[in-house]
Amino acid sequence: MTTSMTDNAREVSPPATGSRTTFWLGVVSLVGVVALILLSFFVAPEDDDQHDAVRMIFIHVPMAMLTYVAFSLTAIGSVLWLWKRSVWWDTVAHGAAEVGVMFCGLTLFTGSIWGRPTWGTYWDWGDVRLVTTMILFLIMVGYLAVRSLDGDTATLATRAAVIGIIGAVNMPIVNRSVTWWASRRTLHQKSSLTDGKLEGLTLFTMMFGLVVFSIVMVWMLIHRFRISWLERQVSEGDLSEALIARRAEAAVVSSEGGSK
Amino acid sequence: MFTDARLVAAKDLRIELRSRVTASQVVPFAGLVLVLFGFALDANKPTLDLATSGLFWVTVLFVSLMAVQRSTAIETTDGARRALLLAGVEPGAVFLGKATAVAAQLLAVEVVLIGGIVVLYNATIEEPALLIATCVVATIGIASAGTLLGALVAGVRARETVLPILMLPVLAPVLLGATRAFDDALGSVAVNGWSWLAMLIGFTAINIALGVLAYGVLLEET
Repeated sequence: MTTSMTDNAREVSPPATGSRTTFWLGVVSLVGVVALILLSFFVAPEDDDQHDAVRMIFIHVPMAMLTYVAFSLTAIGSVLWLWKRSVWWDTVAHGAAEVGVMFCGLTLFTGSIWGRPTWGTYWDWGDVRLVTTMILFLIMVGYLAVRSLDGDTATLATRAAVIGIIGAVNMPIVNRSVTWWASRRTLHQKSSLTDGKLEGLTLFTMMFGLVVFSIVMVWMLIHRFRISWLERQVSEGDLSEALIARRAEAAVVSSEGGSK
Repeated sequence: MFTDARLVAAKDLRIELRSRVTASQVVPFAGLVLVLFGFALDANKPTLDLATSGLFWVTVLFVSLMAVQRSTAIETTDGARRALLLAGVEPGAVFLGKATAVAAQLLAVEVVLIGGIVVLYNATIEEPALLIATCVVATIGIASAGTLLGALVAGVRARETVLPILMLPVLAPVLLGATRAFDDALGSVAVNGWSWLAMLIGFTAINIALGVLAYGVLLEET
């Protein structure tokens, strides 16, 4: 695939961002979120230590995991844009970055709300995951800032792809540096999934949350992908096409004027 | 490649020496930031002792933004970037040359800043070797990442505002690592500065490699 859209691509593109698949994905997402709320608040038991605050992990943990899935997609898409000039993957990278930034922001937000009753503070500088996620969030906000700059689509895609790769390549070293830095002041629990404390309905609800938010993410990604695809067609849809349309309009007006 | 890189670095430094921007604007700015931090922390001796390393490196990061912006501007005016490409200079060499020039300017500013923290914050240098090694490695890391990100916003109208958003989060490990290594070199906090220096070497190596590989794409396409 090349950077400019072919006529064929224009013909097969959907006229809107919705389809039968996305409709049903949307329905499943909605039902899933309602079921998750019911499970979280009425079925899952209270935690012995964290009490009701434990319910926050049903959305916090899935969102944190999906943040990393989304940003990995951005990194893969960035590589494939630079390597293969794949418009499809570039569009995925952009969409995944937007959805990822939203999930990342919500991860930080829900983490802070959970931290207040559990640690007694909204923010813990000693927590590696928290600080690393914040730096990742800021890098990806920069990615989106570049995406919103002026310029032609292919140039912006290249600029953004380089940031996507810089972000991904630097993440291990960000994580390592924060780990060393924070080692003296950590007061955080280990990973909720691997410390073995979650079991029964609590674990089930969290895994259910992961499935529900995965579906929500796919649903959002498909819509965002289609919007980007249409946007690209508009931006690359030639000045010449617009001029032809405008001239045709002008011709109608002048012929109407002439007939009077 | 290295001959080209040397030529590009010499060109950038010559322009900088002739325009005297580093000496007349960047160094006074760096000094001003140190004085303002002194005011902000109420010149409180124990607080300054603990914060000196961090304040030093935050100042260097601010200065690096100016240096990278100037380095990028040199190539965007009068189509100089295209001339460089047409001259057949390898993009990787352009990257290395420009990063070297930025690093040289930053090191010059850091020499003045070290004088500043000794005089204004009463800092004592207990491990000069660690201090010098940290300055050199961290500065090359900052210059490499900065030069690549600078090329990324070259020619963009909003580059003054976008560059800090891109550069500062990426440079977070340098701020962490260089500050801790300086804590050890200045004897203000008991940490192993040399292990932090090893982390800085890793960061610098990764970002030099990224720059050499990716700079060409940006130079040709943007």
